[in-house]
Amino acid sequence: MTTQILIAGFGGQGILFAGKFLANKGLLEGRQLSWLPSYGPEMRGGTANCSVVLSDEPVGSPIVNKPDVLIVMNLPSLDKYEDAVVPGGTIFVDSTLIGRKVQRNDVRVFYLPATQLAQQNGIATLANMIMIGKVLKECDFTGFDNIEDAVRTVVSAKHADLFDVNLKALKLGHDS
Amino acid sequence: MGKVLMKGNEAIAEAAIRAGCRHYFGYPITPQTELAAYMAKRMPKIGGVFLQAESEIAAINMVYGVAATGRRVMTSSSSPGVSLKQEGISYIAGSDLPALIVNVQRGGPGLGGIQPSQSDYFQATKGGGHGDYHLIVLAPCSVQEMADMTALAFDLADKYRVPSMLLADGTIGQMMEPVELPQAQEPVFEEKDWAVTGTKCKRPHHIVNSLYLVPEELEKKNFERFETYRRIEENEVRYEAFRMDDAEYCVVAFGIAARVAKNAIVAARNEGIKVGLIRPITLWPFPKKALADAAKQCKGFLSVELSMGQMIEDVKLAIDCSRPVQLCNRAGGMIPSPDEVLAGIRALCGQEV
Repeated sequence: MTTQILIAGFGGQGILFAGKFLANKGLLEGRQLSWLPSYGPEMRGGTANCSVVLSDEPVGSPIVNKPDVLIVMNLPSLDKYEDAVVPGGTIFVDSTLIGRKVQRNDVRVFYLPATQLAQQNGIATLANMIMIGKVLKECDFTGFDNIEDAVRTVVSAKHADLFDVNLKALKLGHDS
Repeated sequence: MGKVLMKGNEAIAEAAIRAGCRHYFGYPITPQTELAAYMAKRMPKIGGVFLQAESEIAAINMVYGVAATGRRVMTSSSSPGVSLKQEGISYIAGSDLPALIVNVQRGGPGLGGIQPSQSDYFQATKGGGHGDYHLIVLAPCSVQEMADMTALAFDLADKYRVPSMLLADGTIGQMMEPVELPQAQEPVFEEKDWAVTGTKCKRPHHIVNSLYLVPEELEKKNFERFETYRRIEENEVRYEAFRMDDAEYCVVAFGIAARVAKNAIVAARNEGIKVGLIRPITLWPFPKKALADAAKQCKGFLSVELSMGQMIEDVKLAIDCSRPVQLCNRAGGMIPSPDEVLAGIRALCGQEV
């Protein structure tokens, strides 16, 4: 099985980090994978997106043109990628930041006020991981097991204090 | 040691250190900066040298200096920066010195953009700098190959005393994939009968130089160097053939374009089109014979490139224009989708009379 995932939003939302978490989870599960960032010259505020491919076979193109799973954290990203999702695919929408609904009816859609949830729970910078928690619950390409190990891999030693809040965010998304 | 998740740029840096490289000179530029950043972090800890030069021109001349001592040395940059290095590269080639130059290509010409490209193919394979010379040019298409080919590029450079180049692109440089890093080897320092290491008053001077004012001497040097190039062309051609056994059509692509092409070939095969891929791993020496052999069984060729069409000229030459060769390309930082390549394959079949 091959799952093509596209995560898209603004720079600064942790789009690449969210992808890194999924990639490391795949690595821990011994799967084939690729992680590819795409962003402009800005550190924050520009568009940022991240292609992750998880597969049981060697990964061909690492560029996700037709995602099975689309995670969007701003309106321009939904506008740009909504039509690219494969029929039967899944779209996760941060409904705090995106006012409109998905127009298609041949895909599964989950709306989650991730940015609002993050703010209410004192983890304002972790809406990305709340979204990922929801993805792990609703999709079957990987499970909610071993999340501690995957978080440990992506949270660097320098930021070890952020380990618990990342787990909290994942669980928050999972239970929403 | 198991596999680790690394960016292509970082894999080059770590593989270079493991290959015994202790001298890195560079200047930051997107999309290769992770390589320099990795070296900045690691080199001081292992007694190596990381130096951010005042410019790319300074960096390549520092490489020239260390290469003259026979030690493993490298620099890296992206397209505009590699243009600046060309004078130094020509001097290194003209002095018969081994060194590694990495180009993580971005769109051009000029400052261009920061997205991936393959439009420095001509520059890398046809000279770039002035004079009659070649680089050994390797084109990795995965993070694993970024690591493996770094070691190979150092070995080949040392073996032939010819500078080598890794011609990557922004995609392979920025992407992460699981990679199994090569075994670390301690830097070995053998006495070389040409290296400038100090005579200690016990031997005649070794002189590293690319200036030969007597034309007979310079011609002789060029002939000798081209004898080396002939041996490289004979022994060091590398390529991958994918689903070529029964192929009636042949896609030619390297680096990231080859990854996209593989997806398209699988899709075309599902439509019953017998198509395969030849992926040049060495861009110089170019796999001419593999393509000439493919021309015996294939009715047409498709060159897939992230440029306005550069490698396509070498494909045509390799098969002596005996078959139609078409181009499927995007430029300026764009990458063709598998669907676009599939459309190119379909068009190639339709053209057949």
